[in-house]
Amino acid sequence: MKFWSLLRANLGRHKRRTFLTIASVALALFLFASLRSVITTIGMAAQFGSARRLVTTNATGFVLPLPVSYANRLETVPGVEKVTWANWFGGRYGDGKRFFATFAVDAKSYLDIYPEMSVPADQKEAFLQDKGGALIGVRLVNLFGWKVGQNVTLQGTIFPGDWTFTIRGVYTPTDPAINDDALMFHYDYLDERAGRPGNAGWYILEIDKPDNAAQIAKTIDDQFRSSSAPTKTGTEQAFNASFATMWGNIGLLMNTIGLAVVFAILLVTANAMMMSARERTRELAVLKTIGYSDRLLFGLVLAEAGLITITGAVLGLGAAKLLYRATNFNAAGFLPGFDVSWGTMATGGVIALVLMLASGIVPAMQAARLPVVTALRSVE
Amino acid sequence: MALVEIRDVYKTFTRGAERIDVFTGLTLDVEQGSFTALMGPSGSGKSTLLNLIAGLDRPTSGTVRVNGAEVSAMTPAQLATWRSEHVGFVFQSFNLLPVLTAFQNVELPLLLTRLSKRERDERIRIALGVVGLDDRMDHYPRQLSGGQEQRVAIARAIVADPTLVLLDEPTGQLDAKSSQEVLTLLARLNDEFGKTILIVTHDPAASGRARRQLHLEKGTFVEQGSLVP
Ligand SMILES: Nc1ncnc2c1ncn2[C@@H]1O[C@H](COP(=O)(O)OP(=O)(O)OP(=O)(O)O)[C@@H](O)[C@H]1O
Ligand SMILES: [Mg+2]
Repeated sequence: MKFWSLLRANLGRHKRRTFLTIASVALALFLFASLRSVITTIGMAAQFGSARRLVTTNATGFVLPLPVSYANRLETVPGVEKVTWANWFGGRYGDGKRFFATFAVDAKSYLDIYPEMSVPADQKEAFLQDKGGALIGVRLVNLFGWKVGQNVTLQGTIFPGDWTFTIRGVYTPTDPAINDDALMFHYDYLDERAGRPGNAGWYILEIDKPDNAAQIAKTIDDQFRSSSAPTKTGTEQAFNASFATMWGNIGLLMNTIGLAVVFAILLVTANAMMMSARERTRELAVLKTIGYSDRLLFGLVLAEAGLITITGAVLGLGAAKLLYRATNFNAAGFLPGFDVSWGTMATGGVIALVLMLASGIVPAMQAARLPVVTALRSVE
Repeated sequence: MALVEIRDVYKTFTRGAERIDVFTGLTLDVEQGSFTALMGPSGSGKSTLLNLIAGLDRPTSGTVRVNGAEVSAMTPAQLATWRSEHVGFVFQSFNLLPVLTAFQNVELPLLLTRLSKRERDERIRIALGVVGLDDRMDHYPRQLSGGQEQRVAIARAIVADPTLVLLDEPTGQLDAKSSQEVLTLLARLNDEFGKTILIVTHDPAASGRARRQLHLEKGTFVEQGSLVP
């Protein structure tokens, strides 16, 4: 590209202005990528979940419990192969600034149904053997420096008092949509200390064929319809999606903010491009005198806008991709698997191209149309 | 056949309701290899004439031919290519690009050619050598004196080996000494390299260097002196 030195010299003319313009494009695309990744991560969580798993909750609302005795009856439903259950514990650790999820689970069946939680065999065994033991996500190890064998004490918020567990194992999710910062302990331990109320927060079922999901769900809900605690059964995906829909409006808000930011930056970039083209009216006329064609000058001015927006995009999108990866960001556990997807990167790239066209086309056309004689006279 | 043939050219500017008839039937020949000075009072149409020859502007009617090509009938794209090959233009106010070094300024016309980087470098060195600035290649315009700037501009005008070098008051902003240097350079370009030179000037010293003087007044030549046939 033999015009490279000309382009570079022009960008270097007002170094601060060029730098600020590139920085604003970079910041805009960084924000765009971040906001968009919140939406895509939620969307991914909603898609997470095996089609072979159903979730049964209390029909009145998933915060209400179901009798733990349902487990046996659920196992007998045709098509159901495995059953487990979990309770939301809601513990607080230390000053509580760093929140993480805590569940009481029926350990053996739970780990059985979630092969995506990988635990070393010896640790798994140790956890299953110890009623006061806990299994923690790998992120908590990094976060608090916890070690296997160590005791940790949580304050119960739903179940008051100090709860001390011995860490027996560390799990690593093989699916990024699974939280890697949860703490799990034995349901038995919770039930005993709470005075054996026999409550299960929700049931997770593994079924034989995904195609039978609707039929099996209907059988289950029909079976419990007239009991004291009617159930609502759906796929794990639907269960996760119901969380995601709570985020739906936030998604809209984020899209709007993202677009507003990009639009604001468009104005900044367009203004910078116009300014630099206007200042150079005379130089553009001189180039025409030398024999630079209208089309070439159009291309050169547009290329300048392109260099600015594309450099900004590479910096902003690259920073977003690398930063969230390097810091293993998951919004304190709310957005497990947070990642700037390649789709978002591509959309960001398209935005950069649109920015280039939108900010560069007017000055480029002005440059192409510039009448040499009047341009040379006007400044002299 | 003359290198530049201007035939019955009319040029009228309209500024609002006002009509300015700069040329009403101008005819002129400029021979290949000649060194011509164009003089005349301000507003007589000297710059307009250079612009017409360079294809930067079009006559209202009449024809401008250079080297057999009808400049006045070309499209803008054709004109751009034609200018890059045939015309070197030098302005009163130098008009170097301030962000480029002397070397890069001289390179500008060559970027439009198919020459390789090596060939370009060689030509630029030669051109800067001819104007005596091969030791200032990496200087920016602001690091050069006015006379040096104008010599860089002349190097830029001749580097692509144009048919015709047009200069619009090239010494207008220079002191006497720098003017002399520029004029000596132009005479050399004409003598040694056979360049056809057309220079607009108010400066008697400058016109004295030319082989032929043209006096333009109100759009017509009042007397045409030719010292050398
Ligand atoms: N683009 C234009 N629009 C309107 N009028 C113009 C334009 N260009 C030139 N003129 C007019 O045409 C006439 C000739 O102008 P020109 O610039 O050719 O004069 P000049 O001989 O070069 O003068 P100077 O010695 O001051 O440079 C002037 O009256 C000028 O005002
Ligand atoms: Mg003039």
